[in-house]
Amino acid sequence: MRAATKPGILRYTAGQRANHWLTAIMFVLLATSGLAFFHPAFFFFVHLLGGPQWARILHPFIGVVMFVSFFILAVRLWSYNAMRPIDRQWMRQFDDVVMNRDDLLPPIGRYNAGQKILFWVIVVTMILLLLTGIVIWRSIFGVFFPVPVHRVAVLIHAISAFVLIAGIFVHIYAAIWVKGSVRAMTRGTVTHAWARHHHAGWYEEVTGDRSISRERSDPRSESLL
Amino acid sequence: MSDQNIVARSATTTPSPQARNHAIPVAKLIDVSKCIGCKACQTACSEWNDLEYEVGTNTGVYDNPHDLEANAWTVMRFFETEPKEGQFAGMLDWTIRKDGCMHCEDPGCLKACPAPGAIVKYANGIVDFNSDNCIGCGYCITGCPFNVPRISQKDKKAYKCTLCSDRVSVGLEPACVKTCPTGAIIFGSKEDMKEHAAERIADLNERGYASAGLYDPAGVGGTHVMYVLKDAKNPQNVNLPVDPTISPLVSFWKGITKPLAGLALGAIALGGFLHYITVGPKEEPVDDDDRRGGGDAGRADGGGDPWEADRNVVREARRDRLEDGRSNSPSNDTRRDL
Repeated sequence: MRAATKPGILRYTAGQRANHWLTAIMFVLLATSGLAFFHPAFFFFVHLLGGPQWARILHPFIGVVMFVSFFILAVRLWSYNAMRPIDRQWMRQFDDVVMNRDDLLPPIGRYNAGQKILFWVIVVTMILLLLTGIVIWRSIFGVFFPVPVHRVAVLIHAISAFVLIAGIFVHIYAAIWVKGSVRAMTRGTVTHAWARHHHAGWYEEVTGDRSISRERSDPRSESLL
Repeated sequence: MSDQNIVARSATTTPSPQARNHAIPVAKLIDVSKCIGCKACQTACSEWNDLEYEVGTNTGVYDNPHDLEANAWTVMRFFETEPKEGQFAGMLDWTIRKDGCMHCEDPGCLKACPAPGAIVKYANGIVDFNSDNCIGCGYCITGCPFNVPRISQKDKKAYKCTLCSDRVSVGLEPACVKTCPTGAIIFGSKEDMKEHAAERIADLNERGYASAGLYDPAGVGGTHVMYVLKDAKNPQNVNLPVDPTISPLVSFWKGITKPLAGLALGAIALGGFLHYITVGPKEEPVDDDDRRGGGDAGRADGGGDPWEADRNVVREARRDRLEDGRSNSPSNDTRRDL
């Protein structure tokens, strides 16, 4: 059956996919080792990086790699993540989103409000993690910052990391929840049906097919396309 | 010391051995009014602990080395002040304070340390660093209210005064106590040291030091290194914090946020799982459009969603209208790079 299907719609280029997964791998290494330093229940995670001392040594370097990798990805995706009026409508119907009443949702663009919020949460937490991470990078910057600055930095670092990890949990669940999404980041493409169903505005944009917005009776969606 | 003497252990959530909790707390009492600044204690410390710090440079003060170092666990700090009131108002007061770890009853370093067992507190109150477990993160420095621990640039491990825990465990006094020629540093049970301090303070009061007193700050649960200060009302004059506590930022960071953040992450993961098995996934939609042949045959598998048929009629209506609209579509091949 698959052989008879049309080629999918490209959602992420090979470069974007590699960029995403580099960031993701760095994130896993950082989240695990960071949780190890945060709570003794997770201390066993230090062994992913070769033991407690190695985890302490490598964590900040990996952090810099993740930040740079994410920054490049963020620049590539920046313009798609500006909030638009339709996103507010989507947020108002969040219960429809959660309960899978997708047909009631407005024809959103390349990203929905949830994805956009996640994007900005990651941008903000990444910047906070980098800045505070530099402060608490003792082996290199140990002498530059007084103890009170360290105390503020470790707390902001921990809270930012918590928010980021929680956000990534939601991100991962969303990929499991919305079937057909993962292949966008593994193979690059999504099906026409997926695009039309979950991102109708984007689907119309890339295909030039205006049929969805024409048939929607909701005047709000008309004005946005 | 044997493991049974450890009553608190860094990054450990279960109780440490409590069998010896009745051990008598010890304390070192440093009487600044008796100190002559000879630095014999510094030398004894280096000798007993086999530490060598580099000979530094003279910066115009007697402090040498200038600060605590990874291999200089105690330092004589010299202070020149002019009391504003009392018998000695306007006169030069020269105070020498032996600086080093205070061995807090509630140690901020231990609270902040992420490495299990890298910092321990013994039943007698001594706080000690186990260098083999130390990972070199420096959180102990962040947690310490007295700015005591130092990270070695050679091995990136944290060091500080051990209160000669090795000597104390076999019934000896710390090396600095042993060597002090004036009796300015004495060692014993905390109770005895407090009694002795009271006598010293009464004596100092008589001799015109009206605000002489004991420095045993309650904010960190008291300390196992205490000072008799000539002016206990102004400890900041000898570079001691006035009312030291573990910073609220550190208490928050290594306190309530740990279980809360752990529970929240667990709750999010559990919430996702429950959502999946109750509400279920958004099944991959399959429209006729994805099949070159088109027609109703494409809907046979229904996208794998058994509820799709009765979910709502809106989708059916929309799909039908979609089919109509597509006949006007310019191209069938919509693959495009973004």
